[in-house]
Amino acid sequence: MREAITRAHHEEWARVVASLTRRFGDLDIAEEATAEAFATAVRRWPADGVPPNPGAWLTTTAKHSAIDRIRRENKRDDKQREAQLAYDDHSTDPLGPIEDERLRLIFTCCHPALSMESRVALTLRMVGGLTVPEIARAFLVQETAMGQRITRAKAKIKAARIPYRVPSAEDLPARVSGVLAVLFVVFNEGYLATGPDTDPVRHELTAEAIRLTRLIHRLMPDDGEVAALLALMLLTEARRSARVSASGELVPLGEQDRGAWDAALVAEGHLLVRERLAAGVAPGRYQILAAINAVYTSARDVGDTDWSQVLALHDQLVRVDPSPIIALNRAIAVAELDGPEVALAAVDRLAETLRSYHAYHATRADLLRRLGRNQESRAAYDKAIELAGNTAETAYLTRRRDQLG
Amino acid sequence: MQYLISVIDDGTGTATADEMAAIDAFNDRLQSEGHWVFAGGLGSPDPATVIDNRDGEAVFTDGPFLESKEYLAGFWVVEAPDLDVALKLAADGSKHCNRKVEVRPFL
Repeated sequence: MREAITRAHHEEWARVVASLTRRFGDLDIAEEATAEAFATAVRRWPADGVPPNPGAWLTTTAKHSAIDRIRRENKRDDKQREAQLAYDDHSTDPLGPIEDERLRLIFTCCHPALSMESRVALTLRMVGGLTVPEIARAFLVQETAMGQRITRAKAKIKAARIPYRVPSAEDLPARVSGVLAVLFVVFNEGYLATGPDTDPVRHELTAEAIRLTRLIHRLMPDDGEVAALLALMLLTEARRSARVSASGELVPLGEQDRGAWDAALVAEGHLLVRERLAAGVAPGRYQILAAINAVYTSARDVGDTDWSQVLALHDQLVRVDPSPIIALNRAIAVAELDGPEVALAAVDRLAETLRSYHAYHATRADLLRRLGRNQESRAAYDKAIELAGNTAETAYLTRRRDQLG
Repeated sequence: MQYLISVIDDGTGTATADEMAAIDAFNDRLQSEGHWVFAGGLGSPDPATVIDNRDGEAVFTDGPFLESKEYLAGFWVVEAPDLDVALKLAADGSKHCNRKVEVRPFL
């Protein structure tokens, strides 16, 4: 029974919230009524059995609960009903190019007029169905503060009239990349969790990010960047268990037990990357990142890695995204092809912008170590350890430093 | 739905002739597309006076109510069906007047 309810929660939560938001034009009412419908299911399904169509049952139950709430409130405040009706008018627009109400919900929660923090929180609550305490825990924020963040975001959507719709074709690429940025933040927080008392990898966050990205990929199968972000997440997630040792230490790519990678996830990620290459459209940021990870995961041994391909992809990536972090990753490929000295020169040019980024110091430390400049390497490891927020990474860097002798 | 688009100046001073011409062109567009409600430009906040007559005895204070490097230099009130349209208008307005702007919905 528990399993049936969990499955219904995964499969139906966003659909019920989306359909109620469209019907009542109010995220608050939709969220509360949906939560109530699931609470009713938890009470009733064990005795009555799972209904033949759980989604329809939940939507109907939630609708009744929403109507009850609106009736109660309308007795108090007729003005609010007028506001709701006015908003509802708006949601009778014809559906955009993609016909799924959940997409409207996703685009509304990831609206660019909301702060990134609010977008992440709102998406996890309204689309992912995570509870406020769960989201608060995930981002190491007090529950009350997280509750306020979500409440404020919903209030802004209502007061400023952020529309409940899929953006026009003209705005779609920019808005999709805004949605993907939210999902990438969620995934990365799971993949490289920060904080001294957190697990180094928070599987519940990476899993949630993948689940939501899968959903968007199903809803927008032709969008190359969506497919690529999914591939990137799958190829990263595939290495999860090999990435942290039994003693809780980060294992770098070159030292991972490749037999421990999840072959099914690797295969799925590779297939998505190949499909994108076959589409022949100029690749965006996530497509190049996914391709780089496909190269990494194609080598049976780190020694077989096609570094010239990795470098060529990084050159392409620098043109799309000229950020210093990309330049830093490019230098790692340079080290494999042209040696650590050339790479170090490239890394040192990034000192100004990346001075407070732990990976900059960790990369320098490794290059200096390979050049036998142990004293400088040690200093760079010290700096990296000081700045790294991930417990597994700190453990790895500390061991490497102490091995310098 | 109406939105206030406030123009925020941080000491660049009054608009240049080129900026004024661009603002006029933008105003014409707002009118022809049916978004226009009202607009106005403001002088610097230096000569402002704050009045408090809540107790029935007006107290005048010399200067703006908020001392800040950034100040309100003008505004548009526009009619737009939703925030997406208002944000597009605001982005165009910012470009035309060459200043930062803020969008706020009216009640």
